[in-house]
Order: sequence, then structure tokens, then C-alpha cells
Amino acid sequence: MIEFKQLTKYYGELCALDHVDLTIERGQILGLLGPNGAGKTTAMRILTGYLDPTSGTINARGLSIEKDILKIKEIIGYLPESAPLYENMIVYDYLEYIAKMRGLNEAQSRKRLSELADACGLRENMHRPIHELSKGYKQRVGLAHAIMGDPEILVLDEPTTGLDPNQIVEIRNIIKDVGKEKTVILSTHILSEVEATCDRIVIINHGKIVADGSTEELKQSSKSEYSVNISLKNAEFDNINTELGKIEEIKEIESIGKNHGALSVRLSCHTDKDIRDLIYKRIKEQPWILVEMTRDIKSLEKIFGELTKGN
Amino acid sequence: MLKARNIAQIFKKEFSIYFISPIAYIVISIFLIVTGWFFFSTFFLYSQAELRNFFSLLPITFSFIIPAITMHLFSEELNSGSYETLLTLPVSIKDIITGKFLAALAFVAIMLLPTLSYPISVSFLGDLDWGPVLGGYLGAILLGGMFISIGLFTSGLTKNQIIALLTAIGICFALTLIENLLFFLPESMLGFFQQIGAGYHFRNISRGIIDSRDIIYFLSFIFIALYSADLVMQGKK
Repeated sequence: MIEFKQLTKYYGELCALDHVDLTIERGQILGLLGPNGAGKTTAMRILTGYLDPTSGTINARGLSIEKDILKIKEIIGYLPESAPLYENMIVYDYLEYIAKMRGLNEAQSRKRLSELADACGLRENMHRPIHELSKGYKQRVGLAHAIMGDPEILVLDEPTTGLDPNQIVEIRNIIKDVGKEKTVILSTHILSEVEATCDRIVIINHGKIVADGSTEELKQSSKSEYSVNISLKNAEFDNINTELGKIEEIKEIESIGKNHGALSVRLSCHTDKDIRDLIYKRIKEQPWILVEMTRDIKSLEKIFGELTKGN
Repeated sequence: MLKARNIAQIFKKEFSIYFISPIAYIVISIFLIVTGWFFFSTFFLYSQAELRNFFSLLPITFSFIIPAITMHLFSEELNSGSYETLLTLPVSIKDIITGKFLAALAFVAIMLLPTLSYPISVSFLGDLDWGPVLGGYLGAILLGGMFISIGLFTSGLTKNQIIALLTAIGICFALTLIENLLFFLPESMLGFFQQIGAGYHFRNISRGIIDSRDIIYFLSFIFIALYSADLVMQGKK
């Protein structure tokens, strides 16, 4: 378990983190979201011992970052943004060096390197200098570096930026695999990534937590505004407008086109209740044929945009 | 607390990095050419079997060469960001500094190794007194250590290797030449400024007189510079 307690960090006058409280349970995959400069990287850097907080503290597995940072570093694997590595070194030498730093002996490190070469798809590139590798492979070396010591907590700062779609899927699979038993904290700008991998989302803006919950919970929290899309055959838009306009909760009705003889209409609703049954009853009273009805809850993008407005 | 395992790993990596890049070979070549040329160009004029000339030039050569050896130690890592990966491994800043210092010191020792051919060849020409030679090499290691600690300190100050290099050259040069500027100073301050210069202590040792005061001078200077480097790196957190 990781606890952020009133964590604050100033860079001179600039406040990067403002009294952040956050508890992360063991085995969670947590996605940290936020616009650039929101404080995601700062929070990760404090947890991993690269920065000291201005005030507040973090406890991880009962250890505090002030007293036991070396012990915390031992149970954390960290992949910094854009995976800065020693460019001159050969992949194998670099990973061997990391293995030794993590306290593995000769035999253990050889075994672990072989495992990681397969897990991260590095087998063919083990004997090339890091600076010759493509971005995606550097990222894999970074990931191998991060999971080298079989850490309880894995911290990944924008692990998939700059990768091609196939590589993104591969890296995500590795993260999910690791996340089965471990606590994973990952930051990203890519919202579909959090939806695909994370159990829990924390949105940070201006150094403060502005939202916290699962993808579903976040979407639910803004369900008072949603739209229902219906497709009707045998109907005219004017008729629909007058009949359905009688429902109070529907704010706006607009036509979004005709498809195979069916008219598609978007109904913007403003209510906490699900009014699809109400709409259905109205439609049933008419000679219309309903071919499709879907409720469109706001996308994560929209929620993110609203919460981090004014940036 | 210093951890021997971590220091050993950092030492190993830093030391091998010297020889992966061409810098090591270039620096060693320049060092040998410069010292060899200045030593042998006047050696036969004196017709004396001693290495005084070689050692008297060493502080000046070191003030240029050693900053070139140390400039990348922190600057490069700060610039590329690999310092972040390094610091988030289970190591302390003191481990990192000690490991890097020892790696550079070992490199300087390697660089000095070929110059052992000078005393050996001189000993064939005449009756060489080995005392000053041994003292000279001991002094060279201590002086090297002192300049390395200065270079390490300036390298921690900036992401820019050139700035680190020039700052370190400036400090090392000043410490070497300070005694040549003594006649500008009032008499009351003479003693202090003579004692603070590196040249004075190095000359004492390279005469073959091993005085604890000189050794303490070098060791305490190294300690203070490394401690300052530690403070600088802590301050970045």
C-alpha cells in the first residue's frame, strides 16, 4: 500500500503539487492523468526518490521516504519518461549492470536477463548498443530495467509515447501481465490507454487531484448529461420533434442523417435518470419502427476536458 | 551510509565507459605526448638522471587533462536524463559520487602507467634516486584525486560539459599557479596562500619527502570537494 500524505512540492515559486492525499491499494493499476505540467511526473519522482517533497510525505509498505528511501527504491521499479539510458552501452551490459545494482548475483542475473529478453522481446537486440535502437526498443529496454528486480511497485511515466500501435499493444500487455500481482502506477496523456489498462484513474490538475475513481465511476459521475441516439423508420423529423419534445428531460433534438431509410436523431438529455423507457413508450404510441437506440455517456475525453479546463 | 556493492558496480560501469568511447584514448595520447615532449626536450641538456622536470610540469598538465576526464561524470547524465534512472536505483548519492571518483582515479592511474617507462629508461642512463620518483607518483595520485574531486564537483553544477570543463580548469589552474602570484600579496598573507596552493604540497612530496601535512592537505581537499559535490546533488532533489 502506498500513501501520499499532504504531499507538496514547490519549484521555487511554482507549485507543482499542492497537498495531495492519495492511497493506492496493493495490486491496483492506477492511471495518473493530467495535462502537461499538472504534477504527474513530480509525484512519481518523489515516490521513486529522485526528488524530495517540500512538505508532506509518502509511505510505501510502512516505510517512509524520508528515512527508508533506499529500502523503498529496492521495491520500486521505475521507467522515467522517454527512458533515458546509457546510450553508449550494449543492451546486455546495461541490463547486467542494473541486475547487479539490484543485488542479483552472477547466476541470478544471467537467468533474469534471459527471462527479460523474452518477456520484453529483446532477444535479437541484446548485443547492440542502445543508441542504435529504435524508440520502441529503447522503451522495452527501459521496461526491462524497471521490472528487473521483480518490484512490488512499478512506476511508469508515459510508457507508450512515441510508439507505433503494435508496440503500444505489446507494452500494454506487458503492463497488464505485471499488474496481475503488483501495484502499477502509470501516467499518460492517452485516455484510451487508461481505459484499456487501469483499474482506477486519478486526474491531476494544477497539482491537485480533481477526480478519482474507476473509468465507470468517472463516467457515471457525469451522467446527468448524456445523449440518446435513436434510428426510426417510417417517421418524419417534424413529427418526432413535436412528439418527443413533450418529454421534459429532453433538451434538444437534432437530426443526424438518414441511413437505409431510417432517420437518425440525437436527443440531448439533462437528468440523473435513465429516460430510455420513457422515450420507448412515446415511440410505441406512434406508427414508427424503432431500429436502434443507444445511450451515449460522455467519453473520458470530455470529462477530462471539463475537469482540467482553464489550462 | 556507503555501500561497497553499489560503489563497486558504479565504479565498474564508469570505468568501462571510459574505454567504450574514444575519449580515453585521445586523452591518454595527449597526456603522453605533452609530458613526453616537455620532459625529453630538455632532459639531455642537464645531463642529470632525475625526473624533476617531469613532475614539476605535472600540476599544469593535470589542470588541463583531468577536467577533461571528469567533465562528463555528472553533466552528461544530467543532460541525457540518465541521472534519473541512476538515482532511482537503490543507491545513495554518496555511493554514486564515491564510485565515480574512484573510477576517474583509476583512469588517472592507468594514464600514468606508461610514464613509468621514463624512470626505467632514465635509470639505464645514470644513477637514478628512486625516492623522489616514488614520492612523485604518490603525489601525482594525490594531486590527481584532488583535481578529480574538483572536476566532479563542477560537473555536478551544470548540464553543459563545456562549462564543467572550463570551470574545473579555472579552479585547478588557480590552485596550481597561486604561489607564482604571491609577490602581489602583503607579507602577512603569504603563508596562508602558499599553503593553500596545490603546487607547494605536490613539490614537497615529489622531492621524496613524505610529510603528513602534505598528505592531509590533499586528503582533506578531496573530502571537502566531494562533500560539496554531495551537497550540490542533494540540492537538486
